[in-house]
Amino acid sequence: MSLELRRTDEGLELELTGEWVAQRVAAIESAVAALDLAAARKLSISTQRLTALDLSGAWALRQLLQRAHAADVAVSFRGTPPDQLRLLDEILTDTGAAGAPASSGAHARQPLTAIGRNAVLAGRDLLRGLAFVGHASTTLLGGLVRPRRLRPISIARHVYDTGITAVPIVALIAFLISVIIAYMSAKQLRGLGADIYVVDLVAIGVLRELGVLLTSIIVAGRSGSSFAAELGSMRLNEEVDALVATGVDPFEVLVLPRVLGLTIALPLLTIIADLTGLTGGALLCRYLLDMPLTQYASRVNEAISSTTFWVGLVKAPVFAVLIALAGCYRGMQVRGSARELGRLVTVAVVQAIFWVILADALFAVLFMEMDI
Amino acid sequence: MKLYPVLQVQGLVNRFGSQVVHDGLDMEVRADEVFGIVGGSGAGKSVLLRTILGLQRPVAGVVRIDGSDITRMGEAQLRSVKAHYGVTFQQGALYTGLTVLQNVQLPMIEHLELDRTALQELALLRIRLVGLPAEAARKYPAELSGGMVKRAALARALALDPRLLFLDEPTSGLDPVSAAAFDELVLYLQKQLRLTIVMITHDLDSIFRTCNRVGVIVDGRMESDTLQRIVDHPHPWIRAYFHGERARARLGAAHGA
Repeated sequence: MSLELRRTDEGLELELTGEWVAQRVAAIESAVAALDLAAARKLSISTQRLTALDLSGAWALRQLLQRAHAADVAVSFRGTPPDQLRLLDEILTDTGAAGAPASSGAHARQPLTAIGRNAVLAGRDLLRGLAFVGHASTTLLGGLVRPRRLRPISIARHVYDTGITAVPIVALIAFLISVIIAYMSAKQLRGLGADIYVVDLVAIGVLRELGVLLTSIIVAGRSGSSFAAELGSMRLNEEVDALVATGVDPFEVLVLPRVLGLTIALPLLTIIADLTGLTGGALLCRYLLDMPLTQYASRVNEAISSTTFWVGLVKAPVFAVLIALAGCYRGMQVRGSARELGRLVTVAVVQAIFWVILADALFAVLFMEMDI
Repeated sequence: MKLYPVLQVQGLVNRFGSQVVHDGLDMEVRADEVFGIVGGSGAGKSVLLRTILGLQRPVAGVVRIDGSDITRMGEAQLRSVKAHYGVTFQQGALYTGLTVLQNVQLPMIEHLELDRTALQELALLRIRLVGLPAEAARKYPAELSGGMVKRAALARALALDPRLLFLDEPTSGLDPVSAAAFDELVLYLQKQLRLTIVMITHDLDSIFRTCNRVGVIVDGRMESDTLQRIVDHPHPWIRAYFHGERARARLGAAHGA
C-alpha cells in the first residue's frame, strides 16, 4: 500500500506510506486516481511514514495536489512538504506549463496533397539521381584522362569482394535453376516426343537470359546492399565529410571504384553462371533423359547461334553499372539515423533489382528489333 | 549520514589475450559523492565502466552494486539491478530513430507500467530537468547540438530515477562554457536528487568543479583519494597529470580561493 485515507470531522487525512519511487509509480498513480476527494474541504497530508520519495513519486504527489486544487480542497502538510515538490515546481514553471509536444500525426493529410507531395518528391529524387549519375560520369571521364586517379587497388578490392567471393553462390544457383528448367521442360516435351528440345531450352534460356539475370539479382542483393550500407555508415560517421574536407572527391575514391569493380566482376560471374548452368542441364539430360554427353554437346552447338552467348554477356556491364549506382546513390543519401540507413539499404536493393529487370526488358525489345 | 559503499570493486582483473588491463583493481564509491575516474588513454577506464555495468565479465574480482555482486548474477537479476542505475555514454548513444521524448520514454516503457499521459509527462519532466527546451522533445538526435545530445542522454539516464549515475566523458567535445554549464547541471542534479555519481573524465576543469574524490587508474590498479590529497600523490603519471601546465593554472586558482 502507498497511502491510507481517514475521514475526520475537519476533513480528510492522508498518510503516505512506503516507497514512492519510479519502480512503483504505476501503482501509486492508480491509488491516487482512485482517491475520492469529493465533499471534502480540507486535506491534510502526512509524510512521516514515507520511506522514499523520488522525482516520479513526487510527480504522482503533485498530480494529487493539482486535483485537490481543482476541486477547491485546501491542502496542508503535516510537517514540511517534501523538497522534491519544490524542485518540481521549479522545473515545471520556469518555461510555462504548456509543453506537451503535438504528436506528429496530428495533421491529417488530404489525399490530394499527399499525391502532389509524393509526385514532387519523386521528381526531385529523379533529378538528384540524374545529378548523381552525371557526377559519376564526369569523374569517370576525368579518370580516363588520368588513369592513376581511377584507383586500381581499390577497384581490385571491389572485384574481389563483389566477384570472387560471390562465385560459390552464383554457381550453385545457376546450376540449380538450369536443373529445374530442364526437369520441368523434360516432363512437358516428352509427351510430344520432343525431348531433344530440352537442350535448346536450357542452352538458350541460360545463355541469353537466366545466367545474367540471376547473377545480377544475386549481386544486387549481395553487393548493392553492401555498397549502400558501407557508404551510409561512412556518412553517419562523417567519414564522407572528412574526405570532402581534405579535398578528396568521394565520387573518385568511393563511388567510381565500386562501379568499375562491379562492371568487371559481373560479366565474369555471368560467364561462370553460364558454364555451371550448361553443366546442370547436361547432368540432368544424362541421367533423366539418358542422353549421352556428346549428343548434348552437339545439340547445344546446333541450338545456339554465334551471338547467343554475347547477347547475354553484353547486358552484364550495364546491369553492373545500374546496381552499383543504385547502391552508392542511396548510401550517399543517408543522414541522421540508423533507421534511415536501413530504409535506404532496402531502397537500394529494391531499385537495383527493378532497374536490372527494366533494362533487361528493354534489351529484349532491342534484340528482337535487331533480329538477334 | 552513513557512508556505505554504493559501488565496490575488489581485486578486479581484466585481460585481453596477453594484455593485462586491470591487475587487482580496487575501487569504492560512497553514497552522495561525485567520484571521478581518471587515467591515460588505454589505461582501461572504459573497460572498467563496461565491467561495472555488466556488459563484460571480468577474469577475476568482485563488483558490488548496493552490496550485491553483479559478476555472479543471472540475466534476470542483472536486469533488475540495471533499473537502479543510469548511464550516459561518451557519444550520447541516443537511439537515432527515436525522438528525444521517445528516447527518454524507452527505459520507462521497459521497466514501468504506465499509461500514455503519465509516460509523456514523466518524460517531459526529465527533459525539463536537464534544462532542455520543451520543443527539443520532438526532435531527433541528429537535429541536436553536441551539448543538447549530452543533456538528452542525461535525461534518458534519469528516466527511472536512479540513485547511482555513471557518466562517461560527459563534457568531452563541448566548448568550455557548455562544459561548465553541464558540470553545474550535474552538481545541481546531484544535490537535488541526492545522486551518487561516477564520472569518467579527462577534463581537469570538470574534475575540480564537480568531484569529491578521484580514482586514478595507473598500472592496472586504482589510486583513489579526495581531490585535495590525490593531487599530491607521488606516482609520476598522477604528478604529470595534476601538475602539467594546464593543471597548474587550475590548482593555483583553487588554492588561491
